Amino acid sequence: MDGARMWHVFAGGNDFQWCFSQVKGAIDEDVAEADIISTVEFNYSGELLATGDKGGRVVIFQHEQESKNRPHLRGEYNVYSTFQSHEPEFDYLKSLEIEEKINKIRWLPQQNAAHFLLSTNDKTIKLWKISERDKRAEGYNLKDEDGRLRDPFRITSLRVPVLMPMDLMVEASPRRIFANAHTYHINSISVNSDHETYLSADDLRINLWHLEITDRSFNIVDIKPANMEELTEVITAAECHPHQCNVFVYSSSKGTIRLCDMRAAALCDRHSKFFEEPEDPSSRSFFSEIISSISDVKFSHSGRYMMTRDYLSVKVWDLNMENRPVETYQVHEYLRSKLCSLYENDCIFDKFECCWNGSDSAIMTGSYNNFFRMFDRNTRRDITLEASRESSKPRATLKPRKVSTGGKRKKDEISVDSLDFNKKILHTAWHPKDNVIAVAATNNLYIFQDKIN
Amino acid sequence: MEVNAEARRILAVSISKLYASRTQRGGLRLHRSLLLSMVMRSARDIYHSSRECEGPAGAQPASEEPMDTTPNPEEQPGLPEPEPQPALNSTEPAQEESDSSEEDSDTEITEDKENLSPARQSRKRRGKASAAPDFLPSKRARLEPGEERYAAPLGSWRLPGRVEPPPLSLPPSLPPQQRSAEQRAEKKPDAGRKV
Repeated sequence: MDGARMWHVFAGGNDFQWCFSQVKGAIDEDVAEADIISTVEFNYSGELLATGDKGGRVVIFQHEQESKNRPHLRGEYNVYSTFQSHEPEFDYLKSLEIEEKINKIRWLPQQNAAHFLLSTNDKTIKLWKISERDKRAEGYNLKDEDGRLRDPFRITSLRVPVLMPMDLMVEASPRRIFANAHTYHINSISVNSDHETYLSADDLRINLWHLEITDRSFNIVDIKPANMEELTEVITAAECHPHQCNVFVYSSSKGTIRLCDMRAAALCDRHSKFFEEPEDPSSRSFFSEIISSISDVKFSHSGRYMMTRDYLSVKVWDLNMENRPVETYQVHEYLRSKLCSLYENDCIFDKFECCWNGSDSAIMTGSYNNFFRMFDRNTRRDITLEASRESSKPRATLKPRKVSTGGKRKKDEISVDSLDFNKKILHTAWHPKDNVIAVAATNNLYIFQDKIN
Repeated sequence: MEVNAEARRILAVSISKLYASRTQRGGLRLHRSLLLSMVMRSARDIYHSSRECEGPAGAQPASEEPMDTTPNPEEQPGLPEPEPQPALNSTEPAQEESDSSEEDSDTEITEDKENLSPARQSRKRRGKASAAPDFLPSKRARLEPGEERYAAPLGSWRLPGRVEPPPLSLPPSLPPQQRSAEQRAEKKPDAGRKV
């Protein structure tokens, strides 16, 4: 397939190209560990975009309305609020450090002027309120402008305080802290469609919380064997169904997905559906278990499908068919012959995430060398794009990249051996309504959007 | 042979990774450790099965083999890991290669699994020399002056009054085939002579 045509008609048949919009983060060559982005998430409207990093910070970007004198620009995302969500801690009982790294951020559906999000590190989930203040009450009766109480004898007349405009201030305040419920490392949080509860998953257990209640949670899945030496499987990701508040799924390190119905029993140790694809015995290797481990699971917006990412591929499952995925897309199949080196340099343990576009017609996931991949579900076409500073001129169109797989390397192709495995795109997010994507490349956040012809 | 070397290398890499993950900030990652142990297991299986394949041709003393007419489970193909003959090592029941089955199964389901004290046997290796690949440092008893490390020459088996050594004293680095052959030879001291 001709590359140019492929990316021209990509994403649901719309005639557009992806172009550079913005890049956030320092240009410096040496990257501080704390600045590495560890999660990216749009809110429900797409107006806000949150990132979390290894330093425990959350940065929220807000979409600015397009300006009238530059109608071709759709408006940019600018920093709205930055706050320290988690601090490094020490577990004195286990004599273990607890990292501040933000593992996941999930927005709550907006219900009033304020925005709420959940952020989690390995152990503790926090509910944050992000609210604006652009007015200040002035002229109090009993206290002066500095807040000091006035002498009652000097109050001779009644004053009514008035709201005076002031510079916009965005406040982030922790509203709830959900701690001490996870023995292992939290890998997922997911807000339920009832807007009242959410689940959190670690390696062996899934807990169900009420957003208002911090001192108790319900353990709904527990796969810990009585004897840990019999352990063969861990939970790698979990998510609530987007519409049915009784349904959730969790993926495992064995490459399987279990769908549970909370109506069936309070304890969901027994699943309702079990999604598994039989393994191809011809492709078995030392690393079969590692590469089949699922690193992410995401329901489609419609709730009809779910997508799973393993090391080499991304699969779309129909919730009505358990025995095999309806679609399988190879992300970087050329790495299959490099698994041994990828094991030695630890890359094989990388946890790539995946996301749907707003209409569920296309999916996106990351790869190495700052490449990311998109797959059009209707046309089954795919495209490799690169997040790089070189092509980061405003409105620059992204050229499709190609990795040469065996044989002669054509012009404009990159050989597998020259891929930079330190540059990896693990976290991406797709705007819920528009063709705007956010791509985390180490400490930089790239925002790309479509260029309507 | 190549598969064998590859398996050895992967085993060595896995061990160093497991060691390194102990010092991992934020504590040992269960998912990673589990995947590492699975790679180690498949590498170990392949390592042993490839050794098994080349075993009869190489390591085994040729003079003893034709005499052995008793069926020996160890030489049957398809066994991933040879076990010591039950007759020689009756303390260890036939089992899976996984160490987990060595333990008393704890059927009691308790709410607080974190604070369970698993009633278990000693975790020390018991004569499972065949499970230890030869690149692992082998723990051996200190030699007394004059004592010989490896099996004595064939002739010494015929010495009158010699006490048969327990299977545990066999050098752990010997491949399983050779080891069992020696054990058999010790039981039937005439085997070597009749050739």
